[in-house]
Amino acid sequence: MISGVLVIFFVLAGLAVLGAVSLIWQSHPIHSALSLILVMVSLAGLYLLMGAEFIAAVQIIVYGGAVMVLFIFVIMLLNAGVEERTNFSKLATFGGIPLALALGSIIATAIARSSGHLPVATEGALSSTRKLSMLLFSEFVYPFELTSFLILVAILGAIVLAQREN
Amino acid sequence: MSEILAKYGFLIVPIIKVAILVFVVLTLDAYLTWLERKVIAHIQARWGPHRVGPHGLLQPLADGIKFILKEDPLPSGVDKKAYFFAPFLTLMLALTSLAVIPFGPDITVFGYTTNFGIADVNISLLVLFAITALGVYGIALAGWGSNNKYSLLGGLRSSAQMISYELALTLSVVGVLLIAGDFSLKHIVEKQAGDFGLLSWNIVGLTKGGGGFTQIIGCVCFFIAAIAETNRVPFDLPEAESELVAGFHTEYASMKFAMFFIGEYTSMIAVSSLFAILFFGGWLSPFPASWALTHYLPSIILVPLGLWVIFDGIRYETILGRLILPGLGTVLTVLGVALFLFPVVNEPIQGPFWFFSKVGAVLFFYIWMRGTLPRFRYDQLMDFGWKFLLPVSIANVVLTSAVIMWRMK
Repeated sequence: MISGVLVIFFVLAGLAVLGAVSLIWQSHPIHSALSLILVMVSLAGLYLLMGAEFIAAVQIIVYGGAVMVLFIFVIMLLNAGVEERTNFSKLATFGGIPLALALGSIIATAIARSSGHLPVATEGALSSTRKLSMLLFSEFVYPFELTSFLILVAILGAIVLAQREN
Repeated sequence: MSEILAKYGFLIVPIIKVAILVFVVLTLDAYLTWLERKVIAHIQARWGPHRVGPHGLLQPLADGIKFILKEDPLPSGVDKKAYFFAPFLTLMLALTSLAVIPFGPDITVFGYTTNFGIADVNISLLVLFAITALGVYGIALAGWGSNNKYSLLGGLRSSAQMISYELALTLSVVGVLLIAGDFSLKHIVEKQAGDFGLLSWNIVGLTKGGGGFTQIIGCVCFFIAAIAETNRVPFDLPEAESELVAGFHTEYASMKFAMFFIGEYTSMIAVSSLFAILFFGGWLSPFPASWALTHYLPSIILVPLGLWVIFDGIRYETILGRLILPGLGTVLTVLGVALFLFPVVNEPIQGPFWFFSKVGAVLFFYIWMRGTLPRFRYDQLMDFGWKFLLPVSIANVVLTSAVIMWRMK
């Protein structure tokens, strides 16, 4: 049985995989960054399909927008050219391929063991947004505050580094 | 009719709405360029366009034909993917942003009730911000892909500017969100309805039930940040012609240039609509609901305007003008009289009338500023964004939440 939701899922999932492969395949950093944006946006679409509207919008705003704009900005500022293709390094041959196989088998077992149903956030966006913020400020308040502290330290570090040059 | 609508309405109605909206918006864009040239010309004591058609009214049509017929050269050394993708992305995102904007209250046509806008999403504000966040790429890629140093500098400037002002833009809205407690633009407007008319709007904040608080700080911050986001004067550094030729679109010609142009004007309309919705009550009338006579305001404006256009048209110097202008005036007059006589037409027109009046006023303000203000220097722009606008919008968030907390006690 093929429902409309399933078709949309396969289109978005296909786009995400396509973007991820293209990210590695492209020789120019900007094209790689654009492929990553495609991955981010299709992931947001998948979240939307699962009913998590707030997460989907934030995914685009934060990852698709802010983070990737900085990537592209830095690549453009450095005027990075086309990358040279190299042969597989020894680390990639002896470390990378076994690790990739291990990761692949773990994901495959996880999919094989799954019940075949995706958990769906059935609540409306408002209530799920409200629930999310409730959780952030009650149960997960310490990790939440620690994260903001971490970001503050990073900002201060950036300012110190920028000041040193003067 | 109603059976078909009930069964397939979810599919047919949006398609019709999209077609109407695209047609209306593209026409509006075209005449916005005409209005802009006319207004700036009169600010500078010139005539502006007046050769093509009466009062230059056919100028947008001539411009469109010119854009289509022009040669579209491909500069050497461009990054083809980025170069071709950028104008499409800009126009696509600008048009998509209009999809979630409610232009009026729900309407009922042939017994089918639908929202006045394309999509009624309950996170519409977040969707708009998501689209704005992606809008940077069009300009950045155009600048980078053109293989031209002026374009690249324009693209870089614009990315930096948009990142900087996006923060202030988002934070200036938080006050409104705290009051409304909702991401839906429709609900934000409905929250601003009250017995006092315009006093209930978020800019004044005397909401029914007393949940509001004046958002005038957020309003000013939002407007400034919105001008910067749409790259308009005095923040149009990405296309500062004295320094960067034309900035990111230097290497674009013909329809690809037109796409950037239409994209810019469409995002102007989108931002003006958002401004009207968030702070000026969207489609709500500025008068208390009990003043029934204000419902005839559209007629009171349209009929004299139509009569004046007829009067002006019959003594116009060209024959074409003597044909077009009285015709246009007759249409306006008949429309005004129809609105006066038939309450069936008058009632649903109220929401859109006020909405588009507000949007029109904001757009006129945009043009007015372009005619009067000089451009910022780049360091001034960055200083202003980071050291003034961002702290002020954060202060507004703190102030608004403090007032709401104090009220809850």
